[in-house]
Amino acid sequence: MNRLTLATLLGVTLTISVLAGVRFGSVPLTTSQVFAALTAGDVEMHRDIVLQLRLPRILLGVLVGGGLALAGATFQALLRNPLAEPYILGISGGASVGAVTVLALGWAGLGSWSLPLAAFAGALLAIVLVFRVATATGQAMDVRVLLLAGVVVAAFFSACVAFILSVSSARTVQSVVLWIMGSLANASWQSVLLAAVYTVPAAVVLIALARPLNLMAIGEETAHYLGADVEGVKRTALVIAALITAAGVAVAGVIGFVGLVVPHAIRLLIGSDHRALLPLSFLGGAAFLTLADLIARLALAPTEIPIGVITAFVGVPIFLVLLRRSLAGT
Amino acid sequence: MRFEARDLVVRYPGAQRPALDGISMTVPDGCLYAVLGPNGSGKSTLMRSLMGALEPTSGGSYIDDREVGTWDRRELARAVGAVAQSETLAFPLTVREMVGMGRYPHLGPLAGEGDADREAIATALAECDVTEFTARDVTTLSGGERQRVRIARALAQQPRALVLDEPTNSLDIRHEMAILELLRRSADAGLTVIVVTHGLDLAARFADRMLLLSQGTVAAEGTPAEVMTEQTLAGVYSWPVSVTTDPATGTPRVTPLRDGQT
Repeated sequence: MNRLTLATLLGVTLTISVLAGVRFGSVPLTTSQVFAALTAGDVEMHRDIVLQLRLPRILLGVLVGGGLALAGATFQALLRNPLAEPYILGISGGASVGAVTVLALGWAGLGSWSLPLAAFAGALLAIVLVFRVATATGQAMDVRVLLLAGVVVAAFFSACVAFILSVSSARTVQSVVLWIMGSLANASWQSVLLAAVYTVPAAVVLIALARPLNLMAIGEETAHYLGADVEGVKRTALVIAALITAAGVAVAGVIGFVGLVVPHAIRLLIGSDHRALLPLSFLGGAAFLTLADLIARLALAPTEIPIGVITAFVGVPIFLVLLRRSLAGT
Repeated sequence: MRFEARDLVVRYPGAQRPALDGISMTVPDGCLYAVLGPNGSGKSTLMRSLMGALEPTSGGSYIDDREVGTWDRRELARAVGAVAQSETLAFPLTVREMVGMGRYPHLGPLAGEGDADREAIATALAECDVTEFTARDVTTLSGGERQRVRIARALAQQPRALVLDEPTNSLDIRHEMAILELLRRSADAGLTVIVVTHGLDLAARFADRMLLLSQGTVAAEGTPAEVMTEQTLAGVYSWPVSVTTDPATGTPRVTPLRDGQT
């Protein structure tokens, strides 16, 4: 497929899902009511629903979905592995431990500026742990070792979260549990701003690294011979991808598989040139999560399905197909 | 370009003995230089060290009398095209995209390909006889085709030297000869070419000089006729050989002997 065609297609999908997200929700509003709320806004309740609930929630979905997909594509290039993804590598888990720790200690509340930084520290710790284990056998990273390392590190971090929650006050537990399952329900303009401040500059840096990432994806030794600063690119890209993941976790909890599904689909359509893959992954991730959130809100309305459930329902089958294929290749 | 190793020692972490144990060698400008030796003798390690992809434990590698680590990475990639022994592609990539990567050191961070870049890529594709595969996915190519694509990528760098680690490994006669002829032509055109190989006979026919490594040390260095003696080869490969002159080419030819043969 042509890159421009795909970009247009994703842009249209995103626009439609954003509009649908504003239009539909558990409180039934007519199109004219929504339109009135956006412009003049005579009915205060309608205004609140549209401007304070739906709109920030959608924008948060755009930022978090785009960020997670971009982080996934970056990890995949660096590890030369289509299965690498923030959730599967245990990086989201690490971020959640960082965030839960400061929440439980009462140093910060949900939506505070320091929450992403604490999540970032946890995400970096996860990266160091997973990489130490995965590279212990030698230079080459075995797919199976990497996945096992991710699973084990993730298990360790969820045990940490469970432990912290068990010694926390009931009030903390209540506010944390919903968030950690992965949800855009806590969205506010404050959390949108927070996600944007971390995600947007980080996304720009990663997309600017597209060309060296192209080289890294064919091998570090070759990238070195073609003139890339291998260690520098690796360090920068890993840290920035961890930061995006952490920002996403801090505002929306742990949402898995976005970083796996979206880059995979885009690669199938336009190949793996990261100059196109990275920006289109952001666009695709934004559309995917916005749609997933729409389904989460509407499928069993007024009951809401956790958004992580939807992304996992889509992501797990794709993960298994990819795993089968990559094991058959080794 | 001139490549040089001075008392080069490389020891991998945890290894019993150094992979390279005090190598000193010089590759003169415009020379087709073959690096030979048994498995594990340090050929690939030497290549990586010469290219600055490995930090030496002691000693150093020099390109045009500058320590390789002091070269700017992109400047070095414009001067020297190197092809590692193997690459595993995790994602689909077209031949055109792969060869286009050779232009990386020539392009600014945001600049797109210009006419000069496209021309360099087209020339490289033609020289390696892979133009017909331009739109194909590299992972669908045969081993020989893939190898030629990787050499085309190195040529697209428009380098003044080529460094190749076993470029003809697992290739049939036609493709092996085609690549060696290409390297010979490149050297005749003034490029310095270093090639790591297992093929003693072919190296003798194509190379100006050769280096024979044994357990990380230099066993012999010189012209093919100087290096390829029965005594030297039998010692290095721990196997009796007979060296004769090939009547067709006039270069040395090695025949490993069967048990009991003399």
